[in-house]
Amino acid sequence: MSTMTNFVAWIDKRYPMTQVWNEHLAQYYAPKNFNFWYFFGSLAILMLVLQIGTGVWLAMSYKPDAELAFGSIEYIMRDVEWGWLIRYMHSTGASFFFLAIYLHMFRGLLYGSYREPRELLWIIGVLIYLAMMATAFFGYLLPWGQMSYWGAQVIINLFSAIPVIGPDLGVWIRGDYVISDVTLNRFFALHFLLPFILAALVFIHIVALHKVGSNNPDGIEIKQGPKGNRWSPDAPADGIPFHPYYTVKDIFGIGVFLFLFAAVIFFAPEMGGFFIEYPNFVPADPLKTPEHIAPVWYFTPFYAILRAVPAVAGSAFPGVLAMVLAIVVLFFLPWLDRSPVKSVRYKGPIFKGMLWMFVVVFIVLGYLGTQPSSPFMTLLAQICTILYFVFFLAMPWYSKIDKTKPVPERLTP
Amino acid sequence: MSADGVDLKKRRILTAATSVVGAVGVGFVAVPFLKAWNPSERAKAAGAPVEADISKLEPGQLLRVKWRGKPVWVVHRTERNLRDLPTMDGRLADPNSETPQQPSYCKNPTRSIKSEYLVAVGICTHLGCSPAYRPEIGPADLGPDWLGGFFCACHGSFFDLAGRVYRGVPAPTNLEVPPHHYLSEHVILVGEDGEAA
Repeated sequence: MSTMTNFVAWIDKRYPMTQVWNEHLAQYYAPKNFNFWYFFGSLAILMLVLQIGTGVWLAMSYKPDAELAFGSIEYIMRDVEWGWLIRYMHSTGASFFFLAIYLHMFRGLLYGSYREPRELLWIIGVLIYLAMMATAFFGYLLPWGQMSYWGAQVIINLFSAIPVIGPDLGVWIRGDYVISDVTLNRFFALHFLLPFILAALVFIHIVALHKVGSNNPDGIEIKQGPKGNRWSPDAPADGIPFHPYYTVKDIFGIGVFLFLFAAVIFFAPEMGGFFIEYPNFVPADPLKTPEHIAPVWYFTPFYAILRAVPAVAGSAFPGVLAMVLAIVVLFFLPWLDRSPVKSVRYKGPIFKGMLWMFVVVFIVLGYLGTQPSSPFMTLLAQICTILYFVFFLAMPWYSKIDKTKPVPERLTP
Repeated sequence: MSADGVDLKKRRILTAATSVVGAVGVGFVAVPFLKAWNPSERAKAAGAPVEADISKLEPGQLLRVKWRGKPVWVVHRTERNLRDLPTMDGRLADPNSETPQQPSYCKNPTRSIKSEYLVAVGICTHLGCSPAYRPEIGPADLGPDWLGGFFCACHGSFFDLAGRVYRGVPAPTNLEVPPHHYLSEHVILVGEDGEAA
């Protein structure tokens, strides 16, 4: 035996290195018909790694102090060697991370990847999405600009709107009666902590995925199909090893994705105010609210839902509740879909119509959330909010009566 | 492990007792960690009352002072404003200030101690933005019916010049009037009730 083989054998006796490699990569058989939509899971992992890397580097020059925070960002941008690049990678990275996740989630909707036996996989995914939103929210306060400050003010007041415990909860989260140095310091700690929880959740997500196996654009369980492919007589006939087939595919996807990512970092890091909002170039002023407050684009659909619901009985809570429910309803998706088929390919016209309506509604809500409110915009947001919930809550009914197409026995090429 | 002569009932009780004691312990240990998020003594001390000198405040002007980190407005209302206030009632959600958003000594038509001076916390009761001061009568963007007041651009709430909220806007209640009293004719102390209160 060569030295290398000996070395690997030495490790394998003490740690299941080869076993893990085989079970999760070289002998993990994924359906052979993955398409474009299957890039975004690995792209999201790439973004998580990039965000943690750039974030740790930023933390080396950033000061979580109300007096110094804004200045320390400018210091990173102007004086730290390559600081501007690392900072723009991080701020643009947040948007690209959400972009990848939204497309990844949409893939799940398209092909029914949340259906039995992947309910837990989907639920863990929604938890990841929640952890991402929390991380992004904590991170947005750190530059201590006007939008950081007033955005956080609005979001923390969402908690204060909860009846009875709300006001005390708001003070508890801030650690002060207003957003202050205390709040900034603790948000920095939480923004540093959460990505590690996020990484742990991603690990659990992949463990769950590899237990049930990947879904595919046909929504057919390859494990239930015939056995035997050219690598193994026991493996699903329609499966191919993740490595090298999908590792190579993903590396290609990463190449294209990084092209776009770099183009934005170099040529449009603020993305016309969508990735970094202009009021955030003004230091936080607790006495003056900017003319128009909007969260960053990845939160705006939910923000539009919040604004669409009017106050009831002198409380802003119903709007908050609607916004929370808009996310919570995702947890129940596996049991809302009663269609006999998984993939949109074999679903009927009603489901397809509803799905595209949902896409339009989500984008319109996202747009409305970036705009100042006006009576027309509010009405439009109210209609879209209702349609958003109709997509989910009427699903048990319309997915059942829909006319589906017959599902083939094997994957279609 | 041999199962001979094992008292399973006893084992279950011991397991349950250990779990309960452990859970109680975790509960106790959690307290300091949760309490550490409350405002510190320093943050509480920063809530001391502040003085506002209004000797140079002309009619129509607004003065901002910072109390507990929040903006507090002192508005010198004009004669016209004071005449207009009672005519607003029909457009307001709580014209008589029934919701306790003010100290009892300010539960009156002008929501103030001296009718010319409004003292209010400049934080929208919806989600905490600071509304803009719009004292003009009938400006182009707010329409000819506008008699002066505050506009919160964040979510489109309106308040009149007594900090009373309009009907049908996101903000649920009138602006808060903080406890305050006059130390002298031209000095207001914000954050403390007067002797009389």
